[in-house]
Amino acid sequence: MLENLTFVEHFQIWLRAFLILSLFSFLYKDNIFYKFSEHIFAGLSAGYYVGLIWRSVIVQQLINPMFDNSEWWLVFPGILGVLMFARLKPKWTWVSRVSLAFVIGNTAGIYLISSLHGMIFKQIAPMMVSVNQGDGLEKILLALLVIVGVITTLVYFYFSKEHKGALGVTARVGIWFIMIAFGAHFGYTVMGRISLLIGRAEFLFYQWGGSLTQIF
Amino acid sequence: MVISFFFDNEQIFGQKAEEFVLQWVTIVGGFALVLGVFSIVRVNARAVAMKSRDWPFKLMTVVSVFAMAVPAMLPVSKSSNGGKVLFSIIPESWGSLFGTGPNSIYDWLFNYLDSPMMETMFAMLAFFIASAAYRAFRARSADATLLLLTALLVMLWRVPMGEAFLRLFGDSVPDYINTFIMNGFNVAVQRGIIIGAALGAASMSLRIMLGIERTYMGKG
Repeated sequence: MLENLTFVEHFQIWLRAFLILSLFSFLYKDNIFYKFSEHIFAGLSAGYYVGLIWRSVIVQQLINPMFDNSEWWLVFPGILGVLMFARLKPKWTWVSRVSLAFVIGNTAGIYLISSLHGMIFKQIAPMMVSVNQGDGLEKILLALLVIVGVITTLVYFYFSKEHKGALGVTARVGIWFIMIAFGAHFGYTVMGRISLLIGRAEFLFYQWGGSLTQIF
Repeated sequence: MVISFFFDNEQIFGQKAEEFVLQWVTIVGGFALVLGVFSIVRVNARAVAMKSRDWPFKLMTVVSVFAMAVPAMLPVSKSSNGGKVLFSIIPESWGSLFGTGPNSIYDWLFNYLDSPMMETMFAMLAFFIASAAYRAFRARSADATLLLLTALLVMLWRVPMGEAFLRLFGDSVPDYINTFIMNGFNVAVQRGIIIGAALGAASMSLRIMLGIERTYMGKG
């Protein structure tokens, strides 16, 4: 049971309830209430990222170090960032490619190292487990399952040769592994969405319902 | 970035070169995101100005972007950069409304509008997933049946009532699902996909560095 709510709390609950019900109304069919909420949601989400990037990147990593710590060399990434806006004028699009090349070049360097060192080696290493006689059957089976699964999955995604013969059989086993893993993922995703749905239903029943009973 | 991985460049530059470059990339990337939002505003503002179809909704999008972004971008106190100018016009007590801290306009809009709508959007996906699943998983092939059965087992395993049901077939059944499906099949496939994607990312990075891949510059 909700305690006595203030006017502001009632307003907040009703606003949330209105937006939630407007969005859910799409389950029946597209309508103006859904469109209204959808456009507000799109705008707020875009604004959210602007606020986040402004505070955590542009203020914290550019403006504050430049003005408070005299790190004037940061004016160069600032200029590169501003050059990005040249894309807005078709005549000046080429200018923005300087910034783009800087970002892409660095990202390529980061990915080359991080994907080799941080992903491939890090993923291969845990597969090299030593299995001793004393280990239980469960551990041995699990280690085998993972090795077979990784190899067959990789073979399934190998498209340079037609999947025929031994390669075809291995790829077929790979697809079984993939189907089971995707099934598990699907189950997890559905459960996550259902729990969000329960959260929304709880809000409508308890908070909005509580507000309704207090008002009427 | 690649060279800095192989050398102890902290002694040469006094700071790790990759951290230095990463800060630059983060700043330029930040501007790129702001440019993206600017583009959204421009497209919607044009539609409003031309009174095209659904323009009142597009106006709501523009207003929402500004309502969320502008207060977050304003200085929060006199000591902040640019704060002296702002707080010579408006009272300093209004500072708590700006920025991204607790009780700010940005925080209120996120908690009472953006976050509930985001959760509702994801919750709505439960219905669409259910309808898509019905069409996709009508067990028309052995592969689809395998996917459907695994999904059912995992969904049962994740709820107390389902777990109790699974225990009717043996006390260890839920543990076996955790061990073999989640830590076995799932881990193996995830690992395979990650290795494949990482190999792809590494080769794409090499193509960019060697100048073979130039589509990002608008060249084929």
